[in-house]
Amino acid sequence: MSLHELSLRELGEGLRAKKFSSRELTQHYLGRIGRHDPALNSYITVTADRALAQADAADARLAAGQGSALTGIPLAQKDIFCTSGVRTSCGSKMLDKFIAPYDATIVRKLDGAGMVMLGKANMDEFAMGSSNETSFYGPVKNPWDVERVPGGSSGGSVAAVAAGLAPVATATDTGGSIRQPAALTNLTGIKPTYGRVSRYGMIAFASSLDQAGVVARSAEDAAVVLQAMSGFDPLDSTSVERPVDDYVGALGASIRGLRIGLPKEYFAEGLDPGARACIEAAVKVFEGLGASVREVSLPNAPLSVPTYYVVAPAEASSNLARFDGVRYGHRAEGVHTLEELYKRSRGEGFGAEVQRRIMIGTYVLSHGYYDAYYLKAQKVRRLIYDDFRRAFGEVDLILGPTAQSVAIKLGDKSDDPVAMYLNDIYTIAANLAGIPAMSLPAGFHQDLPIGLQLMGNFFDEGRMLNAAHQYQQATDFHKRWPKGFA
Amino acid sequence: MSLSPEQVKQVAHLARLSLPPEKVEPYARQLSNILEMVGQLSGAATDGVQPMAHPLDMVQRLRPDAVSEENRRDAFQAIAPAVENGLYLVPKVIE
Amino acid sequence: MSSTTWEAVIGLEVHCQLMTKSKIFSGAATAYGAEPNTQADGVTLGFPGVLPVLNGDALRMAVTFGLAVGAEVAERCVFARKHYFYPDLPKGYQISQFELPIVGKGKLDIELDDGHGGVIHKTIGITRAHMEEDAGKSLHENYSDATGIDLNRAGTPLIEIVSEPDIRTAQEAVAYLKKLHQLVVYLGICDGNMQEGSFRCDANVSVRRKGEPFGTRTETKNVNSFRYVEKAIEFEIDRQIREIESGGEIIQETRLFNPDTGETKSMRVKENSNDYRYFPDPDLLPIVCTPEYIADIRGKLPELPEAKRARFEKDYGLSAYDARTLTSSRELAAYYEAVVKASGAEAKLCANWVATDLLGALNKIGKDIDTSPISSDALAGMLKRIVDKTISGKIAKEVFEAMLAGEGDADTIIKAKGLVQITDESAIVKAIEDVIAKNPGQLAEYRSGKDKLFGFFVGQAMKATQGKANPDVLNRLLKEKLAG
Repeated sequence: MSLHELSLRELGEGLRAKKFSSRELTQHYLGRIGRHDPALNSYITVTADRALAQADAADARLAAGQGSALTGIPLAQKDIFCTSGVRTSCGSKMLDKFIAPYDATIVRKLDGAGMVMLGKANMDEFAMGSSNETSFYGPVKNPWDVERVPGGSSGGSVAAVAAGLAPVATATDTGGSIRQPAALTNLTGIKPTYGRVSRYGMIAFASSLDQAGVVARSAEDAAVVLQAMSGFDPLDSTSVERPVDDYVGALGASIRGLRIGLPKEYFAEGLDPGARACIEAAVKVFEGLGASVREVSLPNAPLSVPTYYVVAPAEASSNLARFDGVRYGHRAEGVHTLEELYKRSRGEGFGAEVQRRIMIGTYVLSHGYYDAYYLKAQKVRRLIYDDFRRAFGEVDLILGPTAQSVAIKLGDKSDDPVAMYLNDIYTIAANLAGIPAMSLPAGFHQDLPIGLQLMGNFFDEGRMLNAAHQYQQATDFHKRWPKGFA
Repeated sequence: MSLSPEQVKQVAHLARLSLPPEKVEPYARQLSNILEMVGQLSGAATDGVQPMAHPLDMVQRLRPDAVSEENRRDAFQAIAPAVENGLYLVPKVIE
Repeated sequence: MSSTTWEAVIGLEVHCQLMTKSKIFSGAATAYGAEPNTQADGVTLGFPGVLPVLNGDALRMAVTFGLAVGAEVAERCVFARKHYFYPDLPKGYQISQFELPIVGKGKLDIELDDGHGGVIHKTIGITRAHMEEDAGKSLHENYSDATGIDLNRAGTPLIEIVSEPDIRTAQEAVAYLKKLHQLVVYLGICDGNMQEGSFRCDANVSVRRKGEPFGTRTETKNVNSFRYVEKAIEFEIDRQIREIESGGEIIQETRLFNPDTGETKSMRVKENSNDYRYFPDPDLLPIVCTPEYIADIRGKLPELPEAKRARFEKDYGLSAYDARTLTSSRELAAYYEAVVKASGAEAKLCANWVATDLLGALNKIGKDIDTSPISSDALAGMLKRIVDKTISGKIAKEVFEAMLAGEGDADTIIKAKGLVQITDESAIVKAIEDVIAKNPGQLAEYRSGKDKLFGFFVGQAMKATQGKANPDVLNRLLKEKLAG
C-alpha cells in the first residue's frame, strides 16, 4: 500500500515504528500535489518549506518518544483559517496579499499536536458558494470527474483529500460547506455542534452559523482530528466551556438499539432516485447493525433555505464591512475621495457572488425591511430549531441525504443563484439549529459518489461518529479511489 | 418582492460597492429572484415565536480587565496599503 | 432668547469613557497619548477572524452608573452592531446597544441659581445608558491631501448616557453636565478629563413656541467643555429662532461647534438616510446580570454626592453652601473628614480652613486637593494648635502661609518664628497698662461713653504683643482695666 492510502491511525503507527519519517511522508504528499494538483486546483498556496520544517520538528519529537497520535501527519488547511506568516486569502482577491500576524486557534492546536501543514486549500470566495466556482483562484475540479464541481465551499479541502493530496483537511460549514462537498467526493465530513470548535482566526462568513470541522477518508480519521480541534477557547465568546468527549474511544461501540429517524421532508420530491436508492440501502445497513428506524417530521425544514438566505447574507454583509482597503486587503489605485476608496476597493476586491450576498444582506437589514425579513427569519429559525428538539425527543440520530444528487458539471448553475442555493436544502437546517451533522459515503450513482447525512443532538458528535464508523465497518464505499489518483 | 434598479443602486451605495451601470439591471433581476424565494417566509406562522439570534442558550462570558496585548504595530502595518508615521492614510476626509 | 414666547427643548447625549485598563472587547491598553496605533491589536483594528470578548469591569462600571442614577439595570441586555463606513471605525460597524441597553430610565437632580442667592431644584430624566466601543481618531492636520488614522482610542469602553428632553436652557444643560461629570468621577468609572475626550457631549436642541409640540431638532457635536456647551446651545437656540422667525425651517441635521467662532455649522450631509442596520452582534452572547451580581455592585457603591452632602450638613452642622463645596469631589470630602478627625477641632472651623483658606490658596497656585502641598494631617496639626490655644486664629494664617511655602509643619514653624500665643496674664496686663498710659485722651472719651473705642485699645494692645496675646484673655483684662 502507498503512504497516501493509509488511515491516520496507520500513518501514526508507521511514524512511531519508524517505518517512514514525517519528512518522507510530507515529501510524498508534496510530490503528489506537484503531479496532480494542476488538474484539480485544490490548493491556493502550497507551503513546502514550512511543511518540511514542521515535519523535521515532528520527527525530532517522535525520535524523543514524544508527540501525539497526530504528530508528523500532514494536512491541508482551508484558506479561511488565519496562518501567521502564510497568506490567508479566503478565496478572494480582496485578501490576495493578506498575511495575518496571528494563527487561528485550530491552526495553533493542530500545529501544537505536531501536524504538518501542506498548504492552504482552495475554497469559494469567503465560503460563499456550493460549487467552488466563486474562488478568485479559479474553480476546483472533482477528482471523480474533473468536468464536475467538487461542491463547496470547502471544495479544495475535499478535492485534496479525495485525490490523496492530503490525508485529511480542515473545512468550515455555514450551510453545508463541509457535508455537501464531502458527499460529492466520497468523503466523510463532520460539522460539530456550534461552539464546539473555536471560531477565533477563522474568517467570518455568518457568525451564528459558521463552524469549523474536518473532511477525512473515514469516520475514524475524522474523529481523531476533530478531537484535537475541539475545545473551549477563551478568545471566542461563542465557544462552549464543556469538556470534549472521547470521540475515538466511542467508535467501536455497538449501535444496537440506536434510534434513527428519517425525516419525511428529506425524502420528498427533488431527491434524485439514484441518491434515494443509495440512502435506502444505507438504512438497511443500519438496521442490520441493530439500529431501529422510524419516520420523523421536521415540518419547517422546507423553510430552511429562505431562512438561511436572510440570516447568512445579513451577517455576511456586516462581517465583510471591515474589508475597506484601509488597514489591509485590496485597495483600489488612483482614488481621490474616501467614498471612491471604499466603493472601488470593495467593488474590485469582491467577486459577484459575494457582492450579491452583501447586497441582499444590506437590504434585509435596512430600515423598513428588518422586521419583514431579518426578524421573521429569526423567528422561523426558532421553529426549525424546535423541530429538531422535538425529533431528538424520539430518536438519537436523524438520517437523510446530504445532497439531492451527484456533483453537477462546472458552469451548470453558476449563472442562476437561486438554483445554486437550493443545493443546500438538506444541510442548512443543522446550521440554523446549531446541531452537529456529518456526511459519509453511501454508494455511487452513475459512477459518482452519493453522500448520506447524519444529524445528532447538541454535543452528540461521539454518537454520530460511532454510528458512521460502524457503518463503515459494514461497507467499503469510503475505501474507493477516484480513477487516476490512486 | 422585486428590487428596482434604483433600489439596487441605493443598496450598493449603503454597502459601498461600486456598481457599473451595465450591472444594475442583472443585479436587480438576480436579487429580485432571491427575494422572491425568501418571500416564502411571509407565509410562516410565527405569532408569539421568540426570534432566535443564536443557536446556543448561553450568556456572555466576561474577561478580566487586564492588558494582554503588546504593541505589534509593525506586524499589523506590514501589510497595510498606506501608512506613514504609524498612521493609516486615507484620502482627505472633509468634514 | 429673542422673545419670551419661545422655549428651547434640549436633550444631551454624553459619551463617558470608562476607566478600564484594557479595551472593552480585547486586551489592548487604553492609556491616553500613546504613539499612533501602538495600542491597536487585531480586535481593535478589525482584522479578519478575530473575535470580541467583553471586559467584565466595563460591564461592572456601566451597572454602577445605572444604580447611581436610580435606574433599572437590565437583567438581560444585548450588543448590537451599528453600521456605517468611516475610516476611524475599523470594522464598518460599531458594537453598541440598541433595543436592549444595560441601563434603563433613571434621573439626576440638578440645582440652579435662582439669581437671588437661592437655588432651584430640577430633575432631569435619563432615558437610558448603553455600553459601546469608542472610535479611533482622524487626524486631518498633518497632511494636505490625506487623513491619518490613529486607532488607539478605538475599542475604549464607553457608556452613552442619553437624557430626556427635559432641559430648557443652556444653564440647565451645564448644571446637568456638571452634575453628571461629578457623579461619574465620584463613582470612579471615568477620569472626567474633558480635554482628553473622556467625557464628551452632543446636544440635541430644538425650539418651540410655549405650549406647542416639539420642533425639529439639530444635533451639535464636538462640544467638549462646559463653557462650549453653554455657548453652543445658546447659539443654536438663537439661530433656530431667527431662522423660524424669518420664515425658514429647521432641518434635522448634525452640526459642528466651532470654539473659535462660538458658532455651530452644518456638517456635510453624510448620508441621505443614516441607515445603521442594527442587528444583534452574533459574536457576542446576551449579557445576564443576576440579582446577586447587581446586589454586589450596589453594596460597593461609594457614598454619592447628595448623600454625602446631607450627612455633612447633619453630622458636622455645616451650611448647605459649605457642605456642597466640600463634597464637590470625593477627594476633597475625604480630605475634609480626615482633617476633622485628626485635629479634634470644631467641624465648622475645619470647614472654614479647608473650603476658604486651603481651596483659595490651591486655586492661586494652580493645584488641586490631590496635589495640595499641605496634607490633611499637616492642616490638622495646625488646627490642633488653635484648639489648645498655642496660637490664635490670626497667627494661624501666618503659620498656614509658611506651611504652604514648605517651611515645615505647624509646630516647627510656630517654634521657629516664636509665634506661641501669650496667655500669661501679667504680661498682657503690662501691655494694657502701657497702652492706657500712652492714650489718656482716648481713655477719657471711652469712659465718657464712647464704647466704640474699645476696638482701638484692642488693636493697640495686640500690636504691643506682636499679635500674640490670647484674644479672649486680652478682651477680658482690657475691659477690667478700662473700667478703671
